[in-house]
Amino acid sequence: MSDFTSNAKPSGWLVLSVGIFAAAHTAAAQTPRYDVGRPATQAEIRARDISVAPDGTGLPAGHGSVAEGRTVYRNACAACHGERGQGIGDYPALVGGQGTLTSKAPVQTVGSFWPYATTVWDYIHRAMPYQRPGTLSNREVYAVTAYILYENHIVPANAVLTEKSLPKIRMPNRDGFIPDPRPDVKQPSPRATNKSESHQ
Amino acid sequence: MRTEISRRAFLATTTATLGAVASSPGSLPAPSQVSVPPERLLAPHRLLGAPRRQYGDRSPYEKSVRYFKPSSTPGTGASRTPLQDLHGIITPSSLHFERHHAGVPQIDPSHHELLIHGLVERPLIFTMKDILRLPPVSHVHFLECAGNTASDQLGQPGVDPQMSHGLLSCSEWTGVSLRTLLEDVGVKPKARWLVAEGVDASRLSRSLPLEKALDDVIVAYGQNGEALRPEQGYPLRLVVPGWEGNVNIKWLGRIDLVDQPYMTRDEAAFYTDLMPNGLARMFTFVMEAKSVITRPAGGQHLDGAGFYEIEGMAWSGRGRITRVEISTDDGRSWRDAELNSLVLPKAVTRFRLPWRWDGSEVSLQSRCTDETGYTQPTREELVSVRGLNGTDHYNGIKAWYVHRDGKVTHV
Ligand code: HEC
Repeated sequence: MSDFTSNAKPSGWLVLSVGIFAAAHTAAAQTPRYDVGRPATQAEIRARDISVAPDGTGLPAGHGSVAEGRTVYRNACAACHGERGQGIGDYPALVGGQGTLTSKAPVQTVGSFWPYATTVWDYIHRAMPYQRPGTLSNREVYAVTAYILYENHIVPANAVLTEKSLPKIRMPNRDGFIPDPRPDVKQPSPRATNKSESHQ
Repeated sequence: MRTEISRRAFLATTTATLGAVASSPGSLPAPSQVSVPPERLLAPHRLLGAPRRQYGDRSPYEKSVRYFKPSSTPGTGASRTPLQDLHGIITPSSLHFERHHAGVPQIDPSHHELLIHGLVERPLIFTMKDILRLPPVSHVHFLECAGNTASDQLGQPGVDPQMSHGLLSCSEWTGVSLRTLLEDVGVKPKARWLVAEGVDASRLSRSLPLEKALDDVIVAYGQNGEALRPEQGYPLRLVVPGWEGNVNIKWLGRIDLVDQPYMTRDEAAFYTDLMPNGLARMFTFVMEAKSVITRPAGGQHLDGAGFYEIEGMAWSGRGRITRVEISTDDGRSWRDAELNSLVLPKAVTRFRLPWRWDGSEVSLQSRCTDETGYTQPTREELVSVRGLNGTDHYNGIKAWYVHRDGKVTHV
């Protein structure tokens, strides 16, 4: 993770401003100005916090195999995403596209484009299946993630994913991202506008 | 067809009103029994007007609507604002563009809560009543989908302002400054980013650098004087001024203070910009300066040579618009347009220029400059750097073509 952000343009100004804020803030931390809202209990936080970081922070303990994932996929996903993830009409493909990113018609899928396997787990966990999100168990999410990565030739057929192994998977396009360089277009040379020009 | 239906509806209302006058209360003649001769509609001063209404609606003669293509996945998709029909800088809430990934959730505000946790001193849960106790701020800001004007980049320019630039709207947003909330929970020094999350069926989530969160972000509950519309995040959303629409998390339920960006789908895979060398730009948040002429524009017709005011909109995610220029000769020469009085940072700014059409074929183009000195580039300049594979964040100069017969088109 940090190797991405370390060359990212924002980190410099982030550190700087956060430093200033933190200094100003330490005092405020003792005495909240408004004291509105109720303290969140650990149980309340656990029940709502589903964030997963690329280093695996937030992943629940669990495991799932490619073989189990094939079954989950057939039952809960194939109707929309196709028999083996090739996509159907408006429903996106989940496989393929590797080697197409510099072509005229790049195909951006989990396999060809997504830089982190944790993103796949997190997205399925929060948003899929589309019409009934939240109905898969954590084990099923590990399994179906393993299956999709298998169909993309990223993990072998006997792979079992856990909260430890998932973040270690190196996605094919892991190094395919760069920070925002904008403004990136050469600006026009200083120009005079002819304000006295009469209207057509 | 649609015109016919609403005209009938209008007649029915009018006749019912007439009936009420003609007979005693409680014995209204059925609307079908009375009819207003069409010529009387031309003389409104001869008819008693309609009664009061609890919640207003526009005149039945106003037909402007959002545009969307039907699809087999109605939950994910966009609808476009009819920019060519708008007056001033505010988009009526009913016409604000939409982009959802898993439909519009139905939320009872009395059950809605915002949890702020993670690297904070005091994790807190705010009800809507709590949020309303805090000091409100109101600011006018545009919202624009990162993918707005993609078809122009691809060389298939939209036929009118709605189809070319309609994933843009501008509202007055009211809410609590996010900074206020973050100061009260006490952000720990280790925090660098936050992850904001909606409670829609995709639990859409995005990472935002703390720098921006502490700058001008609003946790908004109000839009143009009333509560947010459901499709705009009711009852609570983020407004992240000047940044791509997707980070303006709707139906906001949770903010997690963290030490790194979390690489959610919508920032690690979507809303990235694939360059010709196969590398993709990530966290391209800012929407750069852009403008569009909304009159005369594609889909419109000029009634012969003579005077027309050229009008349009300009906006920049980096601040105020300072200048808009207009060319009527394919970009060879440019003249300054006048900016209308309300020029606000990260908001739609109106411009206009008096123009006399001589009846010949002309192209009309606008280009804007913002307070950082950045000037809107041409399509050629953008495409030469970015290619055609990444279609988000395109902001090239737009041209409309006036033909001899008065027709204005996109090509
Ligand atoms: C009812 C149809 C439907 C079903 C069933 C379904 N999905 Fe999806 N899926 C979609 C749609 C639609 C999208 C695009 C959502 C968007 O645009 O934000 C999507 C997106 C995705 C994506 C992101 C792909 C990309 O590149 O955009 C993944 C991964 C995914 N689904 C996995 C799954 C898995 C795993 C299952 C089964 C557990 C599943 N889906 C079941 C409709 C479906």
